[in-house]
Amino acid sequence: MSSTAIFINVFTLGCLIFAFIRNRAKTRQALIVAVKSFLRILPIVFTIIIFIGLFLGFVSPSIISEIVGEQSGFGGVLFVALLGAISHIPSLVSFPLAASLIKSGASVTAVAAFITTLTMIGIVTLPLEIKELGKKVALLRNGISFVFAIIIALIMGSIL
Amino acid sequence: MKEAEGEKQRKGMVQDIIFLGIALIVAIILLSIFPDRREVVATASWEIFIEMIWILPAVMVLMGLFSAWVSKETVVKYLGKASGIKGIFFAILFGSLPTGPLYVVFPVAATLIKKGARISNIIIFLSAWACIKVPQEMVEFQFLGLKFMAARLILTIIFVVIMGVSIEKIIEWSDKKESEPIGGKDGAGI
Repeated sequence: MSSTAIFINVFTLGCLIFAFIRNRAKTRQALIVAVKSFLRILPIVFTIIIFIGLFLGFVSPSIISEIVGEQSGFGGVLFVALLGAISHIPSLVSFPLAASLIKSGASVTAVAAFITTLTMIGIVTLPLEIKELGKKVALLRNGISFVFAIIIALIMGSIL
Repeated sequence: MKEAEGEKQRKGMVQDIIFLGIALIVAIILLSIFPDRREVVATASWEIFIEMIWILPAVMVLMGLFSAWVSKETVVKYLGKASGIKGIFFAILFGSLPTGPLYVVFPVAATLIKKGARISNIIIFLSAWACIKVPQEMVEFQFLGLKFMAARLILTIIFVVIMGVSIEKIIEWSDKKESEPIGGKDGAGI
């Protein structure tokens, strides 16, 4: 167990104990929500685990670094940013995917671009966003998010 | 409303299980054609599985706690009238605490527009909800390290605030030009 995992579990346990002392009924309700969302996300977690395994087993690092590595340049970053914008996978499972991409030669810039567009932009949920917030707000938010995600990624790539 | 959401959940679950089935079949076929890759694939998958299983329950418990303590009503109450730095702070805070998919939060944002909350705060709230989440940051910390997580978090907050403020300016400017209501009827007013 890594120190990060220990920290997360201790922190959560602390919150849980605090919550339990404050309000038992609400904490119970929270735990029910937790179990439900855990079961809900489990199939996606297993799918992504299989996917990452196959990915690392069959796609060689040289191909990965060619497409999204340092030498792929701005085109590579743009490509993964677009991929992130149209993908509809929970961000929670995108982090292990991102980590394995970095391990096999992807650049920090590309990976940061992918995660940022994935979380910030929702092409799949765009129709709903337009319906609730209006065309102008929705399109501006997603459009500017895309540009900013790339800027964030470029800064990340230069400082890390 | 509740039932429709439940129905959506069930449909999504079935879809996810189908995807899992497809992934399993693809894996079995590929690995029986290329038996030499079995070990690499199994090791990589197993490592990720272990890493995930150590943190996932804790992350889910945190999400549950947030969703039980911070209700939609609380968010609307605080964000509806806050402005300036305080508004930005509340927008980021409330966006980063509760969890759930983006589509859950659009109606909340629509309510906020109708209540006359500032466009900038709504955009910041929405974007924070989408990409700045405490449990999510923890998973990022676990897999990509403190430096990566912290850098991306700080940069995201900065750019989300810039985006919120600029979208508000653009909307105000274009409203003056067209005097056509956007989003909610009295949305763009301050």
